[in-house]
Amino acid sequence: MSENSQSTEAFGLLINYEYCTGCHSCEVSCQMEHNLPTDRWGIKLQKIGPWQIKQDVYQYDFVPIPTDQCDLCASRTSKGKKPLCVKHCQSLVMDYGKVNDLLKRFDGKSKFTIFVPKSGTKSEVIQVS
Amino acid sequence: MVKRIEEVVEQGGTNEIRPDFFREPPVKYTGGDLPWQWEEDGMVVTRSASWAAPGCHDGCGVLIYTDKQTGKFIKVEGDEDNPYYQGRLCARCITLKEAIYHPDRVLYPMKRDPKFRGQPDKWQRVTWDEAYALIKERFDEIKAKYGAKSIVFSLGTGRGTAPYMTRLQYAFGSSQYAYFLSGNSCYVPRVAASFVLMGAYTCPDTAQYFIDRYDHQGWVPPKNIFVWGNNPLIANADGNLGHWIVDCMKRGSKLITIDPKLTWLAAKSELWLQIRPGTDAALALAMGKIIVEEDLYDHEFVDNWCYGFEQYYEATKEWDLARASEVTWIPEEKIRRAAYLMAEKPSSVQWGLAIDMTMECIAGSAAIVDLWSITGQIDIPGGMITTHQPFNIQTWNPPDPAESLTIEEQKARIGGDDFPALKYSGVVLTQADMTIDQMLSSRPYKIRANWIQSTNALSCTAQQPDTRMEQAYCNAEFNVMLDPFMTPTAQACCDVFLPVCLYPERNGIRSIYYFVQNTNKACKPLGESKSDMEICWELGRQWNAEMWPGDTVEEFFSFTMKEVGMSFEETREENWIYPEFHYEKFRKGEQRPDGQLGFNTPTGRIELYSTLFGQWGQKPVPHYAEPPYSPYNVPDGFNKEEYLQRYPLIMTTGARQWASFHSEHRQIPHLRALHPNPEFEISPQTAAERGIKQGDWCWIENHIGRIQLKANIQPILDSRVVSLDHAWWFPERDAKDSLDKNGKRMGSYGTYASNPNVIIQAGCGESGFGNNCKSQLCQVYLCEPEEIYAQTDMAEIALRFAPNEELI
Repeated sequence: MSENSQSTEAFGLLINYEYCTGCHSCEVSCQMEHNLPTDRWGIKLQKIGPWQIKQDVYQYDFVPIPTDQCDLCASRTSKGKKPLCVKHCQSLVMDYGKVNDLLKRFDGKSKFTIFVPKSGTKSEVIQVS
Repeated sequence: MVKRIEEVVEQGGTNEIRPDFFREPPVKYTGGDLPWQWEEDGMVVTRSASWAAPGCHDGCGVLIYTDKQTGKFIKVEGDEDNPYYQGRLCARCITLKEAIYHPDRVLYPMKRDPKFRGQPDKWQRVTWDEAYALIKERFDEIKAKYGAKSIVFSLGTGRGTAPYMTRLQYAFGSSQYAYFLSGNSCYVPRVAASFVLMGAYTCPDTAQYFIDRYDHQGWVPPKNIFVWGNNPLIANADGNLGHWIVDCMKRGSKLITIDPKLTWLAAKSELWLQIRPGTDAALALAMGKIIVEEDLYDHEFVDNWCYGFEQYYEATKEWDLARASEVTWIPEEKIRRAAYLMAEKPSSVQWGLAIDMTMECIAGSAAIVDLWSITGQIDIPGGMITTHQPFNIQTWNPPDPAESLTIEEQKARIGGDDFPALKYSGVVLTQADMTIDQMLSSRPYKIRANWIQSTNALSCTAQQPDTRMEQAYCNAEFNVMLDPFMTPTAQACCDVFLPVCLYPERNGIRSIYYFVQNTNKACKPLGESKSDMEICWELGRQWNAEMWPGDTVEEFFSFTMKEVGMSFEETREENWIYPEFHYEKFRKGEQRPDGQLGFNTPTGRIELYSTLFGQWGQKPVPHYAEPPYSPYNVPDGFNKEEYLQRYPLIMTTGARQWASFHSEHRQIPHLRALHPNPEFEISPQTAAERGIKQGDWCWIENHIGRIQLKANIQPILDSRVVSLDHAWWFPERDAKDSLDKNGKRMGSYGTYASNPNVIIQAGCGESGFGNNCKSQLCQVYLCEPEEIYAQTDMAEIALRFAPNEELI
């Protein structure tokens, strides 16, 4: 039994999206690890922009969002490994853990978010493979 | 097009530059405390360094998982212990399983009668012995009758193959080492200019020489990073990794991005200079003028370590802000600001392909080298660090042709006697345009055979008109291709196909800059495929065994890495081996082979005024040349007004995508899905004026012809500029050439359908280098519905290119 299903706290993915470049490594890592077809995702990149806000200021962000098919790589984390999206993130902007621990990573200086996918709650996890 | 410069300098003379002069640096760090192979959950894990095939020449650390029982490939993951990329990995390696077990991978040597070129059903399987015997017989026969010089060996982007293929051709006796992009305009010009002016190549200091990277005592992040003519996150950063810039951003580095396009990096920059394509040299000269006139330069460095400051300043004088702004389309204030930021210390420049892609690229590269020189950024922490092959290992640079070829054989190099900058700057390539001209015209003599390795020239470098490269290859009697996959070039032009294995299936050495690591064979090559290195070694020994010492290819690796002081098997145990790195080598006598202070140039200084360019009949100081096709300039022979009315938009090309490396990876389902169709980017205004909506198929047309791409409307470009994707072909389309409704050739696998290369005017500058691939003119208009070639069907791709279950 994986650590997250025993936990009393929610598990999630922290994303410092200030520096997400939209490289797709998270998406493709998940698809290959979980044998997902090209049109299904355990984590899906969202592109916000580009548009100009004012002179020399632009909105241009990417945010990867875990789907209901994300199992937070339970088989990996149970062996002490990182979820594969976290490991391969080229900007090193993702982290996995208990939400309370992840919150401590917020530096108050850059753009952060935490996602708690279905598998991070105590609800039933949809088997992805 | 070719300007010949009369200059008599002996080949091998003292003013010839070879890049591999460094004395043996001591070993500083290794990864010898870590295993290179272990077992885990019924799998064997092999630590390795990724290097083509397939993909790029970055060499990230990977862990390859194979089945303990069957030995078969299971997956690849990043290696978190590896200092170079710390476990990160890009989509191209992540999807490697789909490449390894791809149904279209060629697994056996094949031959085809030359009269059936272009016909996919005429290939016949042969044994390796038969293939080698056939190649040897035909090459030897041609050599006996016409000389070894009538066989051309061509390569695409260098990667790990260059030193092996060149050693093979030198063993055979040919100096015709070709890369076919017009003006050799990729990386080589920047390197050549760097060696001439600085006697070294430099990279931004992102702590890549230290095993503890960003924590290293003495390293500081660059205060400013200029991202100049490069989108290094997606495109190849030529030895650096783009996301190291993101690492530095997190540590406080500010960015100044010089790009016609609002890239992600541009959007995050302190300053984005939206430059008109092809005008980088004008910007650099204007910045230089400000830095000199407003006394922002580093007096100590200029006085003690630079040569020709006065002449350099003279060259910048005409570039006042008003003129520079008019030429580059960048507001005056931003140019000024950029100059001030450049003068701050430490600043570094991550430059790219756009610098190579103008006809006067050597002069343009010089203009940028001069900026980081006069501001004293060289070899300081966070600045521009000088770099070279660690331990002089030959896994990137070709061996010195003088070691094995006679003067006569060396002089046969096409273009070598015509362009001193090509002859003496350490570059051993032929001049691309002259080589293609000769292949087409058979003057002064016929090119009779081609050895084509790691290149798909028809898709990547075949410039106008669309059949030029294909015809050039097909004029030869006998063509050999080495590749993992069937490609348009192989299908249309080749007679022997040698199957190349992928990197988890081979041994090798990874060492472009900074450190050396073994690429370790983790599984058996599928079918009868062999590594590029093994093929060159096996065939090369048949021509000149002395040049290939050792009884196995691994023993040969040990020979090429002898300055490490360890054999291939021993280095494997160390995982990675870093030489000791010193800042400010020029102050310590470590930057020249004779141990003197200064730089390895004739004056011992950074040559702002190049004595070598002067000797070679080129302008010794940097300068700018207006692109031959631009809103302000149209070549003689065209009615300027009429031409500009017909083709009013600047066409910049070569846009890279996350999913592919040059023309590779189009057949990998999870990569193709990221970018299924060839696209061009266009501003909302320009699209609206033409009635173009998001996703519409459009013609991009100029005087050479037209191609078809899908519109991606984005507010990221000046309304006068469109940006086109790079190197498309369609592995799912007809392998045979065909004609569209209007009689336009589609090429094998449709490679002429949507490929900007076929409407780019070829032609190099006075140095023999450079072509304006990124600054041409065009018109854009909607395709009629019945003209649309094909919309990519991802369901078809996923089904057709699903892994071959029989191989798994």
